[in-house]
Amino acid sequence: MADTVAQHVVEIGYGGNERLVMNMGPQHPSAHGVFRAILTLEGETVVAVDAVIGYLHRCHEKLAETLTYVQYPSIASKTDYVSAMTAELTYVSAVEKVGKIDVPRRAQYLRVLAAELQRVASHCLWLGTWCMDMGGALGGGATVFLYAIRERELILDLFEALTGARLLYGFHQVGGVRYDLPAGWTEQCRQTLNLIEQRLREYEAMLEDNPFFLVRTQGVGVISRELALDVGVCGPLIRGSGIDYDVRRAEPYSSYGEFTFKVPVETAGDCHARYRVRMVEFRESIAIARQALDGLPEGPISSRPGVKSVGQVRVPKGEGYARVEGARGELGCYLVADGGAKPYRLKWRGASFCNLAVLPHIIPGHKIADVVAIMGSVDPVFGEVDR
Amino acid sequence: MPPILYHAIAAFVVLNVVIGLVTYVTLLERKFAARMQSRIGPYYVGWPHGWLQPIADALKLMMKEDIVPNHADRWVYNLAPLVFLVPCMLIFATIPFAPGLGVADLNIGVLFFLAVSSLEIVGLFMGGWGSHNKYALLSAMRAVNQIIAYDLPFVFVALIPVVLAGSLQMSAIVAAQSGLFGWYVFYPVLGQLAFVAFLVATLAAENRVPFDILEAESELVAGFRVEYSGMKFALIQLAEYAHMIGTSFLGALLFLGGWLGPGPEWLGPLWFLLKAMFVFLVVTWVRWSFVRIRVDQILAISWKLLLPISLVLLLATAFVVAYRSAGVA
Repeated sequence: MADTVAQHVVEIGYGGNERLVMNMGPQHPSAHGVFRAILTLEGETVVAVDAVIGYLHRCHEKLAETLTYVQYPSIASKTDYVSAMTAELTYVSAVEKVGKIDVPRRAQYLRVLAAELQRVASHCLWLGTWCMDMGGALGGGATVFLYAIRERELILDLFEALTGARLLYGFHQVGGVRYDLPAGWTEQCRQTLNLIEQRLREYEAMLEDNPFFLVRTQGVGVISRELALDVGVCGPLIRGSGIDYDVRRAEPYSSYGEFTFKVPVETAGDCHARYRVRMVEFRESIAIARQALDGLPEGPISSRPGVKSVGQVRVPKGEGYARVEGARGELGCYLVADGGAKPYRLKWRGASFCNLAVLPHIIPGHKIADVVAIMGSVDPVFGEVDR
Repeated sequence: MPPILYHAIAAFVVLNVVIGLVTYVTLLERKFAARMQSRIGPYYVGWPHGWLQPIADALKLMMKEDIVPNHADRWVYNLAPLVFLVPCMLIFATIPFAPGLGVADLNIGVLFFLAVSSLEIVGLFMGGWGSHNKYALLSAMRAVNQIIAYDLPFVFVALIPVVLAGSLQMSAIVAAQSGLFGWYVFYPVLGQLAFVAFLVATLAAENRVPFDILEAESELVAGFRVEYSGMKFALIQLAEYAHMIGTSFLGALLFLGGWLGPGPEWLGPLWFLLKAMFVFLVVTWVRWSFVRIRVDQILAISWKLLLPISLVLLLATAFVVAYRSAGVA
């Protein structure tokens, strides 16, 4: 069995002599999908963890070889179904990079707008599920969950008005975006952003003034700066560990260079630091979305005509890597084109996949209750991990 | 009427009233929680506002398949819900709902209540042990840890009104609280502190969030009752809620003056119920706004904080009472 081969990644020695191997997942309320952690326990303390993934493998990369450049963006959104917009964006960016296809400025701004709204929606879901991991479905965590879902719904309403879909959008196409803003959408968007910004203060009041929340998060699951670099975590995790890195600023794509925003950095590296980073990101995303709404240029929304046939887009021979700062970190897409209507090979770099690798390093030594808190703070989406 | 017949009838009535109350308290809690979470809660079963929902739930649980895990210790597993339920029902025996209205107004009522209510741990541990499930086992271990840690402060806090009233009899404690602002929650400083400590200890003794580490559905799925289904699950739920309501009644008796209140005497039981529901809703309010804390933190809070505080409060109360009686004499 593969399970026994990869056991005990990090093991901490404790004095006790009786151990219990407990299987947490793949079907478990806090598995965030289908994660399986084989925990070795000594009493309440976890001494070793063996993380097993792959239960949600859907051959995404192979599928990309059989679908054309026109078809795949709607499949790309299924890799990270919680923030589908950024996954689509990554794919079309890679295609545009290889095919040297221009994107009109209005389309670039719309992409930024969609990506930032998606980040807010994704962080809403993260906040809710993470609190539910710590507070339980029959407790205070569920309250935060329902509040956060309420706000996420508002953004999904916006996306529904924009694209007609609430989860998997198909908003992006090679060379631009597929839909322009409908009438009245800008005003609705502004109101939603104002409302969410106001509600964020309520969450912070509810969580940060709560000593129980603080004792559950501070000093729990510390990722040191060195460990973060060694393992190669990304997104809010690496910024929570004191490394000032954001793809949006390090390698601006889709005219991110024209926006002003802060990249939050916390040095503690624990669950609370990651929480703080994401709470600031909420606000920065709202600020970026406002800037995009204010400065939205006029013009076409795509440099290519609308979809008429699936084989319409052909990309010359070549290869390229595009990366995007998704809600969970650096989402990358490596594309090899052979001149046809389909890619020759596609490779996803999943942010959750890289982030998840840190779990066996930080979980040993914590209590069982902390396992779910730490896992929630990593914010994995298993569609993106297993692909 | 021979006394035994009277007690039998009273016990029958109280038992049924308690079961009915428990079913409807679940609806109350669900509605209350729903309001806090900007939801509506049960709505469709029974007009208006889903008042038939508890009945529907009970019927559903009765009709569910009763599953016994293959490797479960059948005797222990099957007995556990009963062993859990009986003490939780027994605690109502000593609660008087009005002067002279109750099963048995023992002269050691408070002691009986405290002793019996901590017996529930036996059933709980049996359930966790007999299920042959690692989650259930861990939960049972946690339960023993927690109950031992929190029963001590709970007893000490509950003794404060006893010391103030000078009696272990429930009706005597209520009688001692008569008069304007006579309730022990209005007793200067000591009363308020003791009431808060009582609420905290109650939360822990009832295994409610933030102290619900034995249920802990995000880690241990459902804790000791993960393998139970159907009627056995219903019995466990019933026992938990009965315990919760019993403790709320105790809180109302000890600190909020029981059935005392304005209006004619026959309003007494209503006042009592209202006060008990107030205690219950405070506990529910806490439940739906906090996150759960870890097992080591729970133990630390009990042994390092709550136990010393409750001991000091009890000692201070004793000093005050002794000083006053010395002054009178």
